[in-house]
Amino acid sequence: MTKRQIWLSLITLVLFAIVPPLTIIFDQPFYMDMMARIMIFAMAAVSLDLILGYGGMVSFGHAAYMGVGAYAVGILSYYGIDNGFLQFPLAMAASAIIGLAFGAMSLRTTGVYFIMITLAFAQMLYFFAISLEEFGGDDGMSSMRSEFAGLIDLNDSLQFYYLVFICLGVVLYLLHRLVQSRFGMVIRAARSNDKRMQAVGFSTYRYKLAGFTIAATICGLAGALFANLNEFVSPDVMHWTHSGEIMIMVIMGGIGTLIGPVLGASAFLLLEEYLPEWMDMVMKDAGEHWAIIMGPVLIAIVLFGRGGIHALFTSKAKAKGGNHD
Amino acid sequence: MIEPALRIEGLCKSFGSLVATDDLHLDILPGEIHAIIGPNGAGKTTLIAQLSGELRPDRGRVTFAGRDITSMSIPARSALGLARSFQITSIFQDFTALDNVALAIQAHAGHSFRFWRPAQKDPALRDPAQAALEHIGLGDRGDVPAANLSHGEQRQLEIAMALATEPSLLLLDEPMAGMGRDESTRMVELLQGLRGNHTIVLIEHDMDAVFALADRITVLVYGRAIATGAPAQIRADAAVRAAYLGTEAADA
Repeated sequence: MTKRQIWLSLITLVLFAIVPPLTIIFDQPFYMDMMARIMIFAMAAVSLDLILGYGGMVSFGHAAYMGVGAYAVGILSYYGIDNGFLQFPLAMAASAIIGLAFGAMSLRTTGVYFIMITLAFAQMLYFFAISLEEFGGDDGMSSMRSEFAGLIDLNDSLQFYYLVFICLGVVLYLLHRLVQSRFGMVIRAARSNDKRMQAVGFSTYRYKLAGFTIAATICGLAGALFANLNEFVSPDVMHWTHSGEIMIMVIMGGIGTLIGPVLGASAFLLLEEYLPEWMDMVMKDAGEHWAIIMGPVLIAIVLFGRGGIHALFTSKAKAKGGNHD
Repeated sequence: MIEPALRIEGLCKSFGSLVATDDLHLDILPGEIHAIIGPNGAGKTTLIAQLSGELRPDRGRVTFAGRDITSMSIPARSALGLARSFQITSIFQDFTALDNVALAIQAHAGHSFRFWRPAQKDPALRDPAQAALEHIGLGDRGDVPAANLSHGEQRQLEIAMALATEPSLLLLDEPMAGMGRDESTRMVELLQGLRGNHTIVLIEHDMDAVFALADRITVLVYGRAIATGAPAQIRADAAVRAAYLGTEAADA
């Protein structure tokens, strides 16, 4: 990791850390929830980038694991189990198991087939959730905020915000260690040249599957937090468009980096929130058609901004995607 | 009789009506440099692919280190001590030269489900990797991204990666491919230096290199071994001259 990358990461985290005092000073509590939402998606995006950017696995069904995490919390809550010490580990375990199962099958394929099969699995879960009449089917269901034995109160926006912040920080640090570890070298090198990895003696499948499962687990944590944020769970979380959005966040922010997806999630969700408002200011009712601006912005980033937002700030690190660490 | 390092028995492989390997029998003796030559389309690369595990033979048996490896996976063969280089340079382009070799070391240093300590600062991987780079003459190029190495250096790096896995048998698929005179000469010296410590199966088009290096040569034509013997024997073999060397001599 270069000095600039470390600075960029620290500044980003510090900015997230000072959001709550600012929202209190300016009496704008709404922003606290919005920024918490951004951090939750950032976590999902970072987990996707572990397999996408570092591991070269183009998973197009990542929202499914967020859905599994969210449903785990929602279903437990439905049966009156609000204990977060139970809900969160179970949510992550459920995502891990489903990630392991889907990954085990998907990783037998590569390229376009891999993209399609991960998408298909995610859609399967989406329709499965719709079929769950007991849990609201299409409409979803409300879910209570998790209880942590009185240690933290998630109904308090401030406490909830910092719980999400700490989760994100811990995830980033763990992944920072992981991508540089022996394990990290294996999945990164497998992305670079899988055939060579096998010839040199690695059974790359196992390592890729482990990476896939780790990513799903982290995404499950993001899902558990998401259920808490919304106090609501519905199949919509798993819709394929959300998988696409998470991928866009990664690409916008800087594929193959850890702080990039955090920046990408911020940029994407802030644009989604404010672009319509800005457009309304320019022209009445133009805001409805915000996608007209958003689309070209995304295309421009993909075409001209190789390395995404991350590269704007760390222009020295113009390595090919996947290898800045 | 000496136990062969690698034994190929009745190996067959066809692609549709094209017979690439046709009932091939061959013993590679321990410590020898065994060159396999033959005109284009003789099935040399198909043979290497079957020995390394990339392709499954239709019939026949490959025995290595006393084990039947015919249907063993590529990584499992590597673990037994079989290493290969590729005809088309196959390295980790966006990693440094040292990283490339360190990965090869790592592959044979236990499992890699180690998530915490930075691999690029691990002396257990870096020191032997540096030694391997120095051994093949790239000692001062360790920090250079592999993509920025010259073609010759990349070929050397391939050999270094293969050697780093401490193989007993090396399969080299045209190590001199695309090299200039000087680079080829250096590669021949490098391979000479391995004599005795490694058994080498060498596929090569550069006849000077083959005759300089090989202890024995097998001539492959249409997937069949038409002759096996010492270089002098091969040079004198009438069938070989007709099938292969004759045309080379005419070209030269």
